[in-house]
Amino acid sequence: MLCDNCRERDAVIYVKKIIDKGPIELNLCEKCAAEKGYETTVSAPKHSLVEFLMPAQKQLLSAAGSGDSVRCAFCSSSLKDFSSTGRLGCARCYSAFEASLRDLLRRVHGSSRHVGKSYEAPELTPAPGGSVLNELRDRLRRAVQGEQFELAAELRDRIKVIE
Amino acid sequence: MTVDLSLLPDGGVSWLDASGEQADIVLSTRIRLARNLEGFAFSTRAREGERLRILAQVREAVEASASLEDSILLRIDELSSADRQLLHERHLVSKELAGLDLQHPVRSGAAVFLGDGLGVMINEEDHLRLQSLRSGFDLNAAYAALRRIDDELGGRMPFAYHEEFGFLTSCPTNTGTGMRASVLIHLPGLVLTKEISKVLAGLQQVGLTYRGLYGEGSEVLGNFFQVSNQTTLGRTEEELLEDLIRVVRLLIQREEDARRVLLRDAGYIIEDKLWRSYGALRYARSLSFEEGMTYLSNVRLALGLKLISGLSVYTLNKLLIFSQSAHLAYAEGRSPTESDANIVRARYVRQALAEEAGTTG
Repeated sequence: MLCDNCRERDAVIYVKKIIDKGPIELNLCEKCAAEKGYETTVSAPKHSLVEFLMPAQKQLLSAAGSGDSVRCAFCSSSLKDFSSTGRLGCARCYSAFEASLRDLLRRVHGSSRHVGKSYEAPELTPAPGGSVLNELRDRLRRAVQGEQFELAAELRDRIKVIE
Repeated sequence: MTVDLSLLPDGGVSWLDASGEQADIVLSTRIRLARNLEGFAFSTRAREGERLRILAQVREAVEASASLEDSILLRIDELSSADRQLLHERHLVSKELAGLDLQHPVRSGAAVFLGDGLGVMINEEDHLRLQSLRSGFDLNAAYAALRRIDDELGGRMPFAYHEEFGFLTSCPTNTGTGMRASVLIHLPGLVLTKEISKVLAGLQQVGLTYRGLYGEGSEVLGNFFQVSNQTTLGRTEEELLEDLIRVVRLLIQREEDARRVLLRDAGYIIEDKLWRSYGALRYARSLSFEEGMTYLSNVRLALGLKLISGLSVYTLNKLLIFSQSAHLAYAEGRSPTESDANIVRARYVRQALAEEAGTTG
Protein backbone atom coordinates (compact mmCIF):
# COMPACT_ATOMS: atom_id res chain seq x y z
CA MET A 1 0.00 0.00 0.00
CA LEU A 2 1.32 3.44 -0.88
CA CYS A 3 1.58 6.31 1.54
CA ASP A 4 -1.55 8.51 1.50
CA ASN A 5 0.58 11.59 1.75
CA CYS A 6 3.42 11.28 -0.77
CA ARG A 7 2.06 8.40 -2.85
CA GLU A 8 5.63 7.33 -3.46
CA ARG A 9 6.78 5.10 -0.68
CA ASP A 10 5.19 2.10 1.02
CA ALA A 11 2.96 2.92 3.94
CA VAL A 12 4.28 1.44 7.16
CA ILE A 13 2.16 3.16 9.77
CA TYR A 14 -1.58 3.34 10.20
CA VAL A 15 -2.96 6.41 11.93
CA LYS A 16 -6.53 6.91 13.08
CA LYS A 17 -7.29 10.41 14.23
CA ILE A 18 -10.51 11.73 15.71
CA ILE A 19 -11.23 15.28 14.65
CA ASP A 20 -14.42 17.35 14.85
CA LYS A 21 -15.78 15.93 11.62
CA GLY A 22 -15.23 12.41 12.78
CA PRO A 23 -12.41 9.91 12.44
CA ILE A 24 -9.89 10.07 9.60
CA GLU A 25 -7.64 7.23 8.68
CA LEU A 26 -4.22 7.58 7.15
CA ASN A 27 -1.64 5.14 5.91
CA LEU A 28 1.74 6.81 5.97
CA CYS A 29 5.30 5.99 5.02
CA GLU A 30 7.97 6.34 7.64
CA LYS A 31 9.24 9.66 6.35
CA CYS A 32 5.83 11.36 6.11
CA ALA A 33 4.83 9.95 9.50
CA ALA A 34 7.95 11.42 11.03
CA GLU A 35 7.30 14.77 9.34
CA LYS A 36 3.79 14.83 10.75
CA GLY A 37 5.16 14.10 14.17
CA TYR A 38 4.07 10.46 14.55
CA GLU A 39 6.55 8.21 16.21
CA THR A 40 7.35 5.05 14.34
CA THR A 41 8.96 2.04 15.80
CA VAL A 42 10.06 0.77 12.42
CA SER A 43 13.41 2.39 12.19
CA ALA A 44 13.64 5.44 14.32
CA PRO A 45 16.89 7.26 13.67
CA LYS A 46 19.40 5.15 15.45
CA HIS A 47 22.55 6.39 17.04
CA SER A 48 24.94 3.54 17.19
CA LEU A 49 25.18 2.10 20.65
CA VAL A 50 28.90 2.63 20.59
CA GLU A 51 28.41 6.29 19.89
CA PHE A 52 25.78 6.54 22.57
CA LEU A 53 27.94 4.85 25.15
CA MET A 54 31.07 6.58 23.97
CA PRO A 55 33.32 6.54 26.97
CA ALA A 56 33.97 9.76 28.75
CA GLN A 57 37.50 9.99 27.51
CA LYS A 58 36.41 10.22 23.89
CA GLN A 59 34.14 13.16 24.50
CA LEU A 60 36.84 14.89 26.41
CA LEU A 61 39.32 14.52 23.63
CA SER A 62 37.75 17.27 21.61
CA ALA A 63 38.30 19.51 24.58
CA ALA A 64 41.89 18.36 24.83
CA GLY A 65 42.52 19.63 21.33
CA SER A 66 42.58 17.58 18.19
CA GLY A 67 45.26 19.09 16.03
CA ASP A 68 47.80 16.99 14.25
CA SER A 69 50.46 19.66 14.17
CA VAL A 70 52.30 18.22 17.16
CA ARG A 71 53.53 14.65 16.74
CA CYS A 72 55.14 12.29 19.19
CA ALA A 73 58.85 12.01 18.34
CA PHE A 74 58.89 8.30 19.07
CA CYS A 75 55.82 6.91 17.32
CA SER A 76 54.78 9.97 15.28
CA SER A 77 51.15 9.82 16.47
CA SER A 78 49.27 13.07 16.80
CA LEU A 79 46.50 14.11 19.14
CA LYS A 80 44.18 13.74 16.19
CA ASP A 81 45.11 10.07 15.90
CA PHE A 82 44.34 9.75 19.58
CA SER A 83 40.92 11.34 19.29
CA SER A 84 39.95 9.05 16.44
CA THR A 85 41.14 5.81 18.06
CA GLY A 86 40.98 6.63 21.78
CA ARG A 87 44.40 4.96 22.10
CA LEU A 88 47.81 6.56 22.48
CA GLY A 89 50.65 5.40 20.24
CA CYS A 90 53.36 4.84 22.83
CA ALA A 91 54.53 5.73 26.32
CA ARG A 92 56.36 8.83 25.03
CA CYS A 93 53.03 10.28 23.87
CA TYR A 94 52.43 11.10 27.53
CA SER A 95 55.36 13.52 27.42
CA ALA A 96 54.65 14.78 23.91
CA PHE A 97 51.08 15.76 24.81
CA GLU A 98 51.66 16.22 28.51
CA ALA A 99 49.49 19.29 29.10
CA SER A 100 46.49 17.95 27.17
CA LEU A 101 46.78 14.57 28.81
CA ARG A 102 47.12 15.99 32.29
CA ASP A 103 43.89 17.84 31.69
CA LEU A 104 42.23 14.73 30.32
CA LEU A 105 43.41 12.50 33.17
CA ARG A 106 42.07 14.99 35.70
CA ARG A 107 38.67 14.91 34.08
CA VAL A 108 38.56 11.14 33.75
CA HIS A 109 40.03 10.20 37.12
CA GLY A 110 39.61 13.37 39.15
CA SER A 111 43.39 13.52 39.53
CA SER A 112 46.52 13.28 37.45
CA ARG A 113 48.85 12.29 40.25
CA HIS A 114 49.66 8.64 40.70
CA VAL A 115 49.84 7.75 44.38
CA GLY A 116 49.83 3.99 44.03
CA LYS A 117 52.69 1.56 43.74
CA SER A 118 55.90 3.34 42.79
CA TYR A 119 58.25 1.78 40.34
CA GLU A 120 61.82 1.99 39.26
CA ALA A 121 62.82 0.30 36.05
CA PRO A 122 65.60 -2.23 36.47
CA GLU A 123 69.09 -1.09 35.55
CA LEU A 124 69.76 -3.64 32.91
CA THR A 125 72.57 -3.32 30.46
CA PRO A 126 72.62 -3.34 27.63
CA ALA A 127 69.30 -4.89 26.63
CA PRO A 128 66.67 -2.19 27.37
CA GLY A 129 68.81 0.77 26.28
CA GLY A 130 69.85 -1.30 23.33
CA SER A 131 66.32 -2.03 22.30
CA VAL A 132 65.31 1.63 22.53
CA LEU A 133 68.35 2.53 20.49
CA ASN A 134 67.65 -0.11 17.86
CA GLU A 135 64.10 1.05 17.66
CA LEU A 136 65.18 4.64 17.13
CA ARG A 137 67.70 3.66 14.47
CA ASP A 138 65.03 1.65 12.76
CA ARG A 139 62.69 4.62 12.82
CA LEU A 140 65.43 6.94 11.60
CA ARG A 141 66.04 4.69 8.62
CA ARG A 142 62.35 4.69 7.79
CA ALA A 143 62.07 8.46 8.25
CA VAL A 144 64.93 9.02 5.82
CA GLN A 145 63.39 6.59 3.35
CA GLY A 146 60.09 8.41 3.63
CA GLU A 147 61.87 11.76 3.26
CA GLN A 148 60.51 12.91 6.63
CA PHE A 149 63.64 14.96 7.26
CA GLU A 150 62.34 16.98 10.15
CA LEU A 151 61.46 13.79 12.01
CA ALA A 152 64.78 12.25 10.97
CA ALA A 153 66.69 15.17 12.46
CA GLU A 154 64.78 14.79 15.69
CA LEU A 155 65.44 11.06 15.81
CA ARG A 156 69.12 11.62 15.13
CA ASP A 157 69.26 13.99 18.10
CA ARG A 158 67.53 11.47 20.32
CA ILE A 159 69.94 8.76 19.31
CA LYS A 160 72.86 11.04 20.14
CA VAL A 161 71.45 11.67 23.60
CA ILE A 162 71.17 7.96 24.34
CA GLU A 163 74.55 7.06 22.80
CA MET B 1 48.22 -25.70 17.01
CA THR B 2 45.21 -26.90 19.02
CA VAL B 3 44.50 -26.16 22.62
CA ASP B 4 44.77 -29.10 24.95
CA LEU B 5 42.97 -27.81 28.00
CA SER B 6 44.18 -30.70 30.11
CA LEU B 7 47.65 -29.19 29.89
CA LEU B 8 46.57 -26.09 31.79
CA PRO B 9 47.68 -26.21 35.42
CA ASP B 10 44.09 -26.36 36.66
CA GLY B 11 42.27 -26.75 33.37
CA GLY B 12 41.99 -23.00 33.72
CA VAL B 13 38.86 -23.40 35.82
CA SER B 14 39.87 -23.51 39.47
CA TRP B 15 38.04 -20.18 39.78
CA LEU B 16 34.80 -22.09 39.20
CA ASP B 17 35.15 -24.46 42.11
CA ALA B 18 33.03 -22.36 44.47
CA SER B 19 35.60 -22.73 47.25
CA GLY B 20 35.90 -19.00 47.90
CA GLU B 21 34.10 -16.76 50.35
CA GLN B 22 30.41 -16.02 49.51
CA ALA B 23 30.75 -18.24 46.45
CA ASP B 24 27.00 -18.65 46.01
CA ILE B 25 26.58 -14.92 45.41
CA VAL B 26 30.04 -13.90 44.18
CA LEU B 27 31.05 -16.25 41.39
CA SER B 28 34.58 -14.96 40.98
CA THR B 29 37.10 -12.22 41.66
CA ARG B 30 39.37 -10.89 38.97
CA ILE B 31 42.05 -8.23 39.02
CA ARG B 32 44.18 -7.15 36.13
CA LEU B 33 47.16 -4.83 35.85
CA ALA B 34 47.97 -3.12 32.56
CA ARG B 35 51.69 -2.73 31.87
CA ASN B 36 53.76 -1.68 28.87
CA LEU B 37 57.42 -2.04 28.02
CA GLU B 38 59.67 0.94 27.51
CA GLY B 39 61.04 1.38 24.02
CA PHE B 40 58.16 -0.03 21.96
CA ALA B 41 55.07 1.54 20.48
CA PHE B 42 51.85 0.34 22.17
CA SER B 43 50.35 -2.84 20.71
CA THR B 44 47.81 -1.16 18.44
CA ARG B 45 50.55 0.91 16.81
CA ALA B 46 53.45 -1.54 17.01
CA ARG B 47 54.57 -3.40 13.94
CA GLU B 48 54.64 -7.17 13.79
CA GLY B 49 58.40 -7.28 14.41
CA GLU B 50 58.05 -5.17 17.53
CA ARG B 51 55.25 -7.34 18.88
CA LEU B 52 57.32 -10.47 18.37
CA ARG B 53 60.24 -8.87 20.21
CA ILE B 54 57.89 -7.92 23.04
CA LEU B 55 56.71 -11.52 23.21
CA ALA B 56 60.31 -12.79 23.30
CA GLN B 57 61.22 -10.36 26.08
CA VAL B 58 58.18 -11.22 28.19
CA ARG B 59 58.79 -14.91 27.63
CA GLU B 60 62.29 -14.63 29.01
CA ALA B 61 61.04 -12.76 32.09
CA VAL B 62 58.15 -15.17 32.70
CA GLU B 63 60.44 -18.17 32.47
CA ALA B 64 62.56 -16.70 35.27
CA SER B 65 59.52 -15.92 37.42
CA ALA B 66 58.78 -18.18 40.40
CA SER B 67 55.06 -17.35 40.51
CA LEU B 68 54.60 -18.44 36.91
CA GLU B 69 56.89 -21.43 37.09
CA ASP B 70 54.28 -23.97 35.98
CA SER B 71 52.54 -21.72 33.48
CA ILE B 72 52.17 -22.67 29.85
CA LEU B 73 52.41 -20.40 26.83
CA LEU B 74 49.67 -20.35 24.22
CA ARG B 75 50.30 -18.48 21.00
CA ILE B 76 46.83 -17.05 20.43
CA ASP B 77 47.80 -15.94 16.93
CA GLU B 78 48.35 -19.57 15.95
CA LEU B 79 45.04 -20.92 17.27
CA SER B 80 41.84 -21.54 15.34
CA SER B 81 38.95 -19.21 16.05
CA ALA B 82 37.12 -22.08 17.81
CA ASP B 83 40.02 -22.50 20.24
CA ARG B 84 40.31 -18.77 20.79
CA GLN B 85 36.58 -18.65 21.53
CA LEU B 86 36.98 -21.53 23.98
CA LEU B 87 39.65 -19.67 25.96
CA HIS B 88 37.51 -16.56 25.98
CA GLU B 89 34.44 -18.46 27.22
CA ARG B 90 36.61 -19.79 30.01
CA HIS B 91 37.46 -16.18 30.95
CA LEU B 92 41.16 -16.86 30.36
CA VAL B 93 41.69 -14.33 27.58
CA SER B 94 39.92 -11.11 26.68
CA LYS B 95 37.81 -10.73 23.58
CA GLU B 96 40.37 -8.31 22.20
CA LEU B 97 43.29 -10.71 22.64
CA ALA B 98 41.25 -13.56 21.17
CA GLY B 99 40.52 -11.36 18.14
CA LEU B 100 36.86 -12.35 18.20
CA ASP B 101 35.67 -8.93 17.23
CA LEU B 102 35.28 -8.81 13.44
CA GLN B 103 36.71 -5.31 13.31
CA HIS B 104 39.76 -6.35 15.28
CA PRO B 105 41.17 -9.66 14.07
CA VAL B 106 43.76 -11.45 16.15
CA ARG B 107 47.09 -9.59 16.34
CA SER B 108 50.33 -11.27 15.39
CA GLY B 109 52.32 -11.90 18.55
CA ALA B 110 49.15 -12.24 20.65
CA ALA B 111 49.86 -14.82 23.34
CA VAL B 112 48.99 -15.78 26.90
CA PHE B 113 50.83 -17.44 29.74
CA LEU B 114 48.41 -19.40 31.92
CA GLY B 115 49.29 -20.49 35.43
CA ASP B 116 47.18 -21.60 38.37
CA GLY B 117 44.62 -18.81 38.64
CA LEU B 118 47.11 -16.43 37.08
CA GLY B 119 47.67 -15.25 33.55
CA VAL B 120 49.73 -12.87 31.49
CA MET B 121 48.20 -11.69 28.23
CA ILE B 122 50.74 -10.38 25.75
CA ASN B 123 50.13 -7.88 22.98
CA GLU B 124 46.64 -7.15 24.17
CA GLU B 125 45.64 -3.48 24.08
CA ASP B 126 48.64 -3.07 26.39
CA HIS B 127 51.83 -5.08 26.00
CA LEU B 128 51.04 -6.94 29.20
CA ARG B 129 47.83 -7.61 31.02
CA LEU B 130 48.60 -9.48 34.22
CA GLN B 131 45.56 -11.14 35.68
CA SER B 132 44.51 -13.05 38.71
CA LEU B 133 41.25 -14.96 38.77
CA ARG B 134 39.88 -16.63 41.90
CA SER B 135 36.78 -18.32 43.17
CA GLY B 136 34.36 -16.29 45.28
CA PHE B 137 34.97 -12.92 46.91
CA ASP B 138 38.73 -12.75 47.39
CA LEU B 139 40.13 -9.39 46.33
CA ASN B 140 43.04 -9.15 48.76
CA ALA B 141 44.47 -12.56 47.93
CA ALA B 142 44.01 -11.92 44.21
CA TYR B 143 45.93 -8.66 44.49
CA ALA B 144 48.72 -10.17 46.60
CA ALA B 145 49.33 -12.83 43.93
CA LEU B 146 49.27 -10.25 41.18
CA ARG B 147 51.63 -7.91 42.96
CA ARG B 148 54.20 -10.67 43.17
CA ILE B 149 54.11 -11.26 39.42
CA ASP B 150 54.23 -7.52 38.82
CA ASP B 151 57.37 -7.26 40.98
CA GLU B 152 58.99 -10.25 39.35
CA LEU B 153 58.34 -9.16 35.78
CA GLY B 154 58.89 -5.46 36.42
CA GLY B 155 62.28 -6.29 37.93
CA ARG B 156 63.36 -7.95 34.72
CA MET B 157 61.88 -5.66 32.09
CA PRO B 158 61.56 -1.88 32.10
CA PHE B 159 57.88 -0.98 32.40
CA ALA B 160 56.72 2.36 31.03
CA TYR B 161 56.29 4.56 34.10
CA HIS B 162 55.94 8.29 34.59
CA GLU B 163 56.73 10.06 37.86
CA GLU B 164 53.47 11.99 37.86
CA PHE B 165 51.08 9.76 35.88
CA GLY B 166 52.25 6.34 37.09
CA PHE B 167 52.09 3.29 34.85
CA LEU B 168 51.47 4.38 31.27
CA THR B 169 48.80 2.61 29.26
CA SER B 170 47.46 2.67 25.75
CA CYS B 171 44.13 4.08 26.93
CA PRO B 172 44.29 6.92 29.50
CA THR B 173 41.34 5.39 31.36
CA ASN B 174 43.82 2.80 32.73
CA THR B 175 46.75 5.10 33.47
CA GLY B 176 48.19 5.25 37.00
CA THR B 177 47.78 1.95 38.79
CA GLY B 178 46.69 0.19 35.59
CA MET B 179 44.46 -1.81 37.90
CA ARG B 180 40.94 -2.98 37.24
CA ALA B 181 39.59 -5.05 40.12
CA SER B 182 36.24 -6.74 39.69
CA VAL B 183 33.86 -9.26 41.14
CA LEU B 184 31.26 -11.20 39.23
CA ILE B 185 28.21 -11.00 41.45
CA HIS B 186 24.81 -12.66 41.11
CA LEU B 187 21.96 -10.31 42.06
CA PRO B 188 18.65 -11.98 41.14
CA GLY B 189 16.94 -10.81 44.32
CA LEU B 190 17.60 -7.16 43.54
CA VAL B 191 16.47 -7.71 39.94
CA LEU B 192 13.22 -9.42 40.99
CA THR B 193 12.42 -6.75 43.57
CA LYS B 194 13.24 -4.12 40.90
CA GLU B 195 15.73 -2.43 43.17
CA ILE B 196 18.61 -3.11 40.86
CA SER B 197 18.53 0.12 38.83
CA LYS B 198 18.75 2.18 42.02
CA VAL B 199 21.65 0.07 43.23
CA LEU B 200 23.50 0.29 39.90
CA ALA B 201 23.03 4.05 39.72
CA GLY B 202 24.48 4.26 43.22
CA LEU B 203 27.61 2.42 42.10
CA GLN B 204 28.60 5.21 39.78
CA GLN B 205 28.39 7.74 42.54
CA VAL B 206 31.06 5.90 44.48
CA GLY B 207 33.48 5.58 41.56
CA LEU B 208 32.51 2.05 40.56
CA THR B 209 30.99 0.71 37.40
CA TYR B 210 29.37 -2.52 36.21
CA ARG B 211 29.47 -4.63 33.09
CA GLY B 212 28.11 -7.92 31.83
CA LEU B 213 29.38 -11.45 32.17
CA TYR B 214 32.31 -10.91 29.82
CA GLY B 215 33.41 -7.43 30.84
CA GLU B 216 33.51 -4.35 28.69
CA GLY B 217 30.83 -4.22 26.03
CA SER B 218 29.16 -7.48 27.07
CA GLU B 219 25.54 -7.76 28.08
CA VAL B 220 24.20 -8.68 31.46
CA LEU B 221 23.04 -12.29 31.37
CA GLY B 222 21.60 -14.47 34.10
CA ASN B 223 21.63 -11.55 36.56
CA PHE B 224 25.42 -11.60 36.76
CA PHE B 225 27.03 -8.20 37.13
CA GLN B 226 30.72 -7.52 36.93
CA VAL B 227 31.34 -4.70 39.38
CA SER B 228 34.68 -2.89 39.19
CA ASN B 229 36.57 0.30 39.95
CA GLN B 230 36.08 3.03 37.36
CA THR B 231 39.13 5.19 37.99
CA THR B 232 42.74 4.06 38.21
CA LEU B 233 44.57 7.25 39.12
CA GLY B 234 44.83 9.41 42.23
CA ARG B 235 44.23 6.59 44.71
CA THR B 236 46.41 3.72 45.84
CA GLU B 237 45.70 0.15 44.84
CA GLU B 238 44.78 -0.60 48.45
CA GLU B 239 42.31 2.29 48.61
CA LEU B 240 40.67 1.23 45.36
CA LEU B 241 40.37 -2.33 46.65
CA GLU B 242 38.99 -1.22 50.02
CA ASP B 243 36.27 0.80 48.32
CA LEU B 244 35.30 -2.12 46.14
CA ILE B 245 35.29 -4.54 49.07
CA ARG B 246 33.10 -2.23 51.12
CA VAL B 247 30.59 -1.81 48.33
CA VAL B 248 30.50 -5.49 47.43
CA ARG B 249 29.78 -6.35 51.07
CA LEU B 250 26.93 -3.87 50.95
CA LEU B 251 25.66 -5.37 47.70
CA ILE B 252 25.68 -8.85 49.23
CA GLN B 253 23.74 -7.55 52.20
CA ARG B 254 21.18 -5.79 49.98
CA GLU B 255 20.82 -8.93 47.89
CA GLU B 256 20.24 -11.06 50.98
CA ASP B 257 17.64 -8.57 52.24
CA ALA B 258 15.88 -8.66 48.86
CA ARG B 259 15.82 -12.46 48.95
CA ARG B 260 14.22 -12.41 52.40
CA VAL B 261 11.57 -9.99 51.17
CA LEU B 262 10.84 -12.23 48.19
CA LEU B 263 10.40 -15.29 50.34
CA ARG B 264 8.25 -13.44 52.84
CA ASP B 265 5.97 -11.62 50.38
CA ALA B 266 5.83 -13.99 47.45
CA GLY B 267 7.01 -17.28 48.83
CA TYR B 268 5.07 -19.78 46.77
CA ILE B 269 5.21 -17.70 43.55
CA ILE B 270 8.98 -17.58 43.78
CA GLU B 271 9.22 -21.19 44.77
CA ASP B 272 7.10 -22.20 41.80
CA LYS B 273 9.08 -20.06 39.36
CA LEU B 274 12.41 -21.44 40.52
CA TRP B 275 11.32 -25.08 40.50
CA ARG B 276 9.92 -24.65 37.00
CA SER B 277 13.36 -23.42 35.91
CA TYR B 278 14.94 -26.48 37.46
CA GLY B 279 12.40 -28.62 35.65
CA ALA B 280 13.24 -26.97 32.35
CA LEU B 281 16.96 -27.57 32.82
CA ARG B 282 16.36 -31.19 33.87
CA TYR B 283 14.06 -32.07 31.00
CA ALA B 284 14.26 -29.56 28.12
CA ARG B 285 15.24 -31.02 24.75
CA SER B 286 16.40 -27.74 23.24
CA LEU B 287 17.95 -24.86 25.14
CA SER B 288 19.37 -21.58 23.86
CA PHE B 289 22.30 -20.10 25.77
CA GLU B 290 20.29 -17.08 26.95
CA GLU B 291 17.41 -19.28 28.09
CA GLY B 292 19.84 -21.57 29.88
CA MET B 293 21.41 -18.59 31.64
CA THR B 294 18.02 -17.43 32.91
CA TYR B 295 17.16 -20.87 34.29
CA LEU B 296 20.61 -21.32 35.79
CA SER B 297 20.22 -17.97 37.51
CA ASN B 298 16.88 -19.08 38.96
CA VAL B 299 18.23 -22.42 40.13
CA ARG B 300 21.21 -20.68 41.70
CA LEU B 301 18.78 -18.45 43.58
CA ALA B 302 16.77 -21.49 44.67
CA LEU B 303 19.94 -23.03 46.03
CA GLY B 304 20.77 -19.80 47.89
CA LEU B 305 17.25 -19.78 49.38
CA LYS B 306 17.69 -23.44 50.35
CA LEU B 307 14.62 -24.41 48.35
CA ILE B 308 16.63 -26.97 46.41
CA SER B 309 19.20 -29.28 47.87
CA GLY B 310 21.52 -31.96 46.56
CA LEU B 311 22.96 -29.62 43.97
CA SER B 312 26.31 -27.87 44.23
CA VAL B 313 27.23 -24.32 43.29
CA TYR B 314 30.23 -25.82 41.50
CA THR B 315 27.95 -27.75 39.15
CA LEU B 316 25.99 -24.61 38.35
CA ASN B 317 29.22 -22.70 37.72
CA LYS B 318 30.45 -25.38 35.37
CA LEU B 319 27.16 -25.41 33.48
CA LEU B 320 27.42 -21.66 33.06
CA ILE B 321 30.76 -21.95 31.27
CA PHE B 322 30.58 -25.39 29.67
CA SER B 323 27.19 -24.87 28.05
CA GLN B 324 28.53 -22.14 25.77
CA SER B 325 28.96 -22.81 22.05
CA ALA B 326 32.71 -23.30 21.84
CA HIS B 327 32.69 -25.60 24.88
CA LEU B 328 29.89 -27.72 23.43
CA ALA B 329 31.79 -27.93 20.15
CA TYR B 330 34.96 -28.93 22.01
CA ALA B 331 33.14 -31.66 23.93
CA GLU B 332 31.39 -32.91 20.79
CA GLY B 333 34.50 -32.75 18.66
CA ARG B 334 32.64 -30.79 16.00
CA SER B 335 30.91 -27.44 15.55
CA PRO B 336 27.14 -27.90 15.69
CA THR B 337 24.81 -25.47 13.89
CA GLU B 338 22.85 -23.14 16.11
CA SER B 339 19.66 -25.21 16.35
CA ASP B 340 21.79 -28.29 16.76
CA ALA B 341 23.77 -26.52 19.48
CA ASN B 342 20.55 -25.92 21.42
CA ILE B 343 19.84 -29.65 21.34
CA VAL B 344 23.41 -30.52 22.35
CA ARG B 345 23.25 -27.93 25.15
CA ALA B 346 19.98 -29.29 26.51
CA ARG B 347 21.41 -32.82 26.52
CA TYR B 348 24.61 -31.69 28.25
CA VAL B 349 22.68 -29.84 30.96
CA ARG B 350 20.23 -32.73 31.45
CA GLN B 351 23.01 -35.21 31.92
CA ALA B 352 24.97 -33.02 34.33
CA LEU B 353 21.91 -32.43 36.52
CA ALA B 354 20.85 -36.06 36.37
CA GLU B 355 24.31 -37.16 37.48
CA GLU B 356 24.19 -34.67 40.33
CA ALA B 357 20.76 -35.94 41.38
CA GLY B 358 22.13 -39.49 41.30
CA THR B 359 19.79 -40.70 38.61
CA THR B 360 20.26 -41.37 34.93
CA GLY B 361 18.47 -39.76 32.13
